[in-house]
Amino acid sequence: MPKLISGAEIVFKALEDQKVEYIFGYPGGAVLPIYDELKNHKSIKHILARHEQGAGHAAEGYARSSGKPGVLLVTSGPGATNAVTALTDAYMDSVPLVCISGQVPTHLIGTDAFQECDTTGITRPCTKHNWLVKDANDLSRVLHLAFEVATTGRPGPVLVDIPKDIQFKKGKYKFIKNSLKKKLNGKATHKLSNKELDKFIELMKKSSKPIFYTGGGVINSGPNASKYLRELVSLTGFPITSTLQGLGSYPGDDPQFLGMLGMHGTFEANNAMHDCDLMINIGARFDDRITGKVDEFSPKSTKIHVDIDPSSIGKNIKVDLAVVSDVSELLKSLIKRFKEKNKNFLNSNKQKTSKWWEQIDKWREKKSLNFINSNKIIKPQHAVQRLYELTKDQDTFITTEVGQHQMWAAQHYKFNKPNRWMTSGGLGTMGYGLPAAIGVQIANPGKLVVDIAGEASVLMTMQEMSTAVQYGLPIKIFILNNEYMGMVRQWQELLHEKNYSESYTAALPDFVKLAESYGCVGIRAKTPDELDEKIKEMINVQKPVIFDCVVDKSENCFPMIPSGKPHNQMILGPEEDEEISDEGKILV
Amino acid sequence: MPKSKSAYSIPGKIGKTERHIIVVWVDNEAGVLARIAGLFSGRGYNIESLAVAEVDKKKHISRITIVTEGTPQVIEQINLQLKKLVPVHKVADFKRGEKDILFRELALFKMLANSKKQEKIKKLCKKFNPVVLDKTKKSFVIQVTALRAEIDKLALDLKRFGLISTSRTGSVAMTKGAKIFN
Ligand SMILES: Cc1ncc(C[n+]2csc(CCOP(=O)(O)OP(=O)(O)O)c2C)c(N)n1
Ligand SMILES: [Mg+2]
Repeated sequence: MPKLISGAEIVFKALEDQKVEYIFGYPGGAVLPIYDELKNHKSIKHILARHEQGAGHAAEGYARSSGKPGVLLVTSGPGATNAVTALTDAYMDSVPLVCISGQVPTHLIGTDAFQECDTTGITRPCTKHNWLVKDANDLSRVLHLAFEVATTGRPGPVLVDIPKDIQFKKGKYKFIKNSLKKKLNGKATHKLSNKELDKFIELMKKSSKPIFYTGGGVINSGPNASKYLRELVSLTGFPITSTLQGLGSYPGDDPQFLGMLGMHGTFEANNAMHDCDLMINIGARFDDRITGKVDEFSPKSTKIHVDIDPSSIGKNIKVDLAVVSDVSELLKSLIKRFKEKNKNFLNSNKQKTSKWWEQIDKWREKKSLNFINSNKIIKPQHAVQRLYELTKDQDTFITTEVGQHQMWAAQHYKFNKPNRWMTSGGLGTMGYGLPAAIGVQIANPGKLVVDIAGEASVLMTMQEMSTAVQYGLPIKIFILNNEYMGMVRQWQELLHEKNYSESYTAALPDFVKLAESYGCVGIRAKTPDELDEKIKEMINVQKPVIFDCVVDKSENCFPMIPSGKPHNQMILGPEEDEEISDEGKILV
Repeated sequence: MPKSKSAYSIPGKIGKTERHIIVVWVDNEAGVLARIAGLFSGRGYNIESLAVAEVDKKKHISRITIVTEGTPQVIEQINLQLKKLVPVHKVADFKRGEKDILFRELALFKMLANSKKQEKIKKLCKKFNPVVLDKTKKSFVIQVTALRAEIDKLALDLKRFGLISTSRTGSVAMTKGAKIFN
């Protein structure tokens, strides 16, 4: 007869067996037995957030920068509903999270008890799966299954709802591994036959205008995937572009890299996507910020799509060769096969793709990321470039909020390693970056972690500065302060006749004083002259910093594919568009 | 600049839709039907009819039969999305009109009818395995099993005979011959 232990103890035993080191959480009535048990488990450290959404994004930042699942602990009712944004964010961006929520005691479920809500009902559409555990003897099985579901196939969030009486009740504990009878998200690792690989290789050999289009799947597949990707790209000599989430899986400063694609992607990447004859999608999902108008998306190309999630293939864009596989495994066998059969591919193919590269170089000459710099006022793009130059020699982790600053960060900060770039892409959650930075810093002590932020976004989860101070996490909040919800203002300028309805933030706090009141360091830069010095100061401070970078209020983010347009009809900058007059620029 | 004022792309062409019968084997656990129904409503798929019951008492497996309509792309998504759900064991998909598949729906009709009329009604239902479940001097409950279109038509015809209540199930399906879905 195995020893019987309480539900709360079972929770910790399961976490220990899953080698969990950190949980991000916030206590409340319905999880008190679990909080009571915390003191008996020294290997697990609890990080007290200031809001459950903050705890959730911190767990996401932890997961994305470490490759391990993030663990979140919240109370019933408002605790659980506050976590919903973070769960949805993790669901959209495929981040493995295990959320444990307290629930009212089983006999009160359904009675509208104090702090009761239908947590499994509310979180059903934003988790891969969730469980309401009504028997303490079920708890260990469910918890281990939860970790497995979160981390298998296409990763994502799961939730385990534990009523308070179950946390007290005694039950059996058992560590059950691999209880999933089938691989989630389809047969995740079906080995490709040589015949299939040869078909893949044949398409590559036939192509004279190829492009690799890679996404977050490469990062989720682990650091090896990124290594193999570099090898394959160099073996083939093909150009490569990446989605927002894929940045870092291929070096951002490599000549074969065309930059990010999509709505605010580079001219060369988007035109190459439009004109290519072979598109090799590895771990990306053809989302609408990438494809623009579906009917006119890359009309003449043969398309290969590699994805671990079969439902991602063919969802938005029909493809010619579908490969359901983990990226790492596919690339490994593809490279092996490729090398066996095509020793001289690079040389023999150089000629075939030389015209293509010439064309790409022509597109590159547009220098679509250029902007008109100023020596009076800090341009936001310039600020990101300076931040990059001054931090590129150390292993730096970047998170962002959502808006123009996010796109400028993606365009101007060059990533060389995977897991260094954490941004909310799918859900586009303002307030993600600051708490995410906390999680990143916890997973990567001693490393430089910077949240490139907008002043509007960062106020949504600003309270988490207090968390950073409590745990001595020297995160740097680098605010590109344009006093506007810049991205909203940009759309209003371009599409709503400059009716800047509610996009100006009056009564912003003094960020330097705000920093001081949290017990961290506030720095402000107002002119280009002082920018470098101030950035260096920020990097050298061993404390959390809020950096108020006062930037041009009217800058727009270009290039841009306007809504409803195909990839080859980008707007490159203000001078191209008559509707944006100089007057308009001064106005804002 | 385009006149579109949206941050989203404009809709493309919509393909032709097909009617499909999708059979799903699931663990019969709390919330499983909500997961399936939620997947359909959340992604904008359409449920025309639904039939559910446990078919394996030992393993607690339920069989769900869903009739739905969509473009081939949508139908494929429905299949793939269903397979991703943790309690789903397998999914079978049939196009309406496929030869090897049997479909049946069951209906109960209640009519206010005297015995003379009742005889006429029975005749009308003859082809559809009629069973009289209840009978009084004034009223009459009859059960039929048939295809959906047949029941639709029958219900219309029965209106003339004092039909006052109709209860119908969703469609259930099974393959012909010795073959089973795998
Ligand atoms: C929670 C949430 N609410 C609203 C939005 C819509 N939205 C997208 S960008 C943006 C403005 C962000 O402003 P700021 O953080 O200052 O960044 P900027 O664009 O100025 O760089 C808004 C309101 C959002 N993405 N998330
Ligand atoms: Mg702003």
